[in-house]
Amino acid sequence: MSEAEKPLPLDAWHRARGGRMVPFAGYAMPVQYEGIIAEHLWTRQSAGLFDVSHMGQLLVAGAEAEKGLEKLLPADLAGLKEGRLRYSLLLDVDGGIVDDLMVTRRGDHFYVVVNGATKAGDIDYMRDKLPGGVVLDHMKEQALLALQGPKAVDALARLAPGVEELGFMTGGAFAIGGARAWVSRSGYTGEDGFEISVAARDVEAVAEAIAGQPEVKPIGLGARDSLRLEAGLPLYGHDLDIGTTPVEAGLAFALSKRRRAEGGFAGWHRIMKELADGPIRMRVGLFVEGRQPVREGAMMVDVEGSEVGKVTSGGYSPCLERPIAMAYVPLAYAAAGTRVSLAARGKLFAGIVTPMPFVPHRYHRKGAAA
Amino acid sequence: MTVYYSKDHEWVSVEGDEAIVGITDFAQGQLGDVVFVEVPEAGRTFSQGDEAAVVESVKAASDVYAPVGGTVIEGNQAVVDEPSLVNTDPEGQGWFFKLTLSDNHQLSGLMNAEQYKAYCDEQ
Repeated sequence: MSEAEKPLPLDAWHRARGGRMVPFAGYAMPVQYEGIIAEHLWTRQSAGLFDVSHMGQLLVAGAEAEKGLEKLLPADLAGLKEGRLRYSLLLDVDGGIVDDLMVTRRGDHFYVVVNGATKAGDIDYMRDKLPGGVVLDHMKEQALLALQGPKAVDALARLAPGVEELGFMTGGAFAIGGARAWVSRSGYTGEDGFEISVAARDVEAVAEAIAGQPEVKPIGLGARDSLRLEAGLPLYGHDLDIGTTPVEAGLAFALSKRRRAEGGFAGWHRIMKELADGPIRMRVGLFVEGRQPVREGAMMVDVEGSEVGKVTSGGYSPCLERPIAMAYVPLAYAAAGTRVSLAARGKLFAGIVTPMPFVPHRYHRKGAAA
Repeated sequence: MTVYYSKDHEWVSVEGDEAIVGITDFAQGQLGDVVFVEVPEAGRTFSQGDEAAVVESVKAASDVYAPVGGTVIEGNQAVVDEPSLVNTDPEGQGWFFKLTLSDNHQLSGLMNAEQYKAYCDEQ
């Protein structure tokens, strides 16, 4: 492995647990410990602890923070209550996706979590576009953990009583051991679970305490990717980029009702036109026939063999024990049940458009049956 | 029976002019969980270095190159049916294919067990 990657605060902790470190987003990160399939299945049946400290944690503050962010995000921030978070999209003037993110209203500021590989560009873009009085602070001394799985709540509530009261997409301040933590009920696996922001100096003690719970094992990036693929969640830089719009990406749920009606955010005109007329192409899920996975970069071809679409994520589903993929396909092919041909590794594969998520989400929504 | 190793992390077990080919324990460890294997059909002929088989883990696809040239006697249907054999028994039941060697001299370019261990330690 190249030594150019920066270590994260938990570097030694991962290595001591047998984590195989690989370069990712400019950092050395654990791709797996005992094996991707075992870690994946463990997360779905118990609880997995992920180090996601490569992600960018930002604070956006100032009297005009709400208005300034609403110019860049299609979320209804004015309607976002204290301690609540939303999935949203940082948009450019043409409606292209600069990044996808989570935004939380937290006291006098917004807490924003962006992707690790894109954080530097996001910060430059936001600082350039936000009004002069708005301060954007990159919390470089903050680490981020995710605890995901049906038993995550049992494990974390033992260390931080009260977290069990959080509903999906809400957060609050808690103490874990002696450490101050911001805990939200959210994640990237489709399971119930939490994301836990703590100071870098405290993260080893917090990770140790959480991993010490009998329900919990550390999980690497490999299973993080296979879990989010089964959950139908897009990965920026693969399924989303500056050339994709929220409508094409199937993320219209992130365009809030008020914002659709009022506009006033980057790319609104194009996005409204796509909502009204339909986009040219759509992100869809695919089951791939046979046993061989079809990977990112495979082409979707028509009967003449011309490229009409492309696979943006693809792999093996440990839960379904078959290959699954996400692809952008022409709108005419986007209905569930449509058969498509994929070209990869010099062969043709048959795929069938399938609703996502591939594996049902099991979020903890307040008011819903447990 | 003598076992040789290639720089591409294949093993070749030779008896007379027949060879069995698979990937090493080091290779399966690097790949991680194997979920798909494609092996060549009997009768196919390879030159040394040709793409001979495919192995895919959860994360990635890799080609298996013929470490020696020859004609395939048999592909291992057991690893096609149960790809995880490559992880659990890479240098036994997880073999990929058997072939008749076209040129025994090609074996001299491969490593023995001791040389291969040193080669892996450098990786």
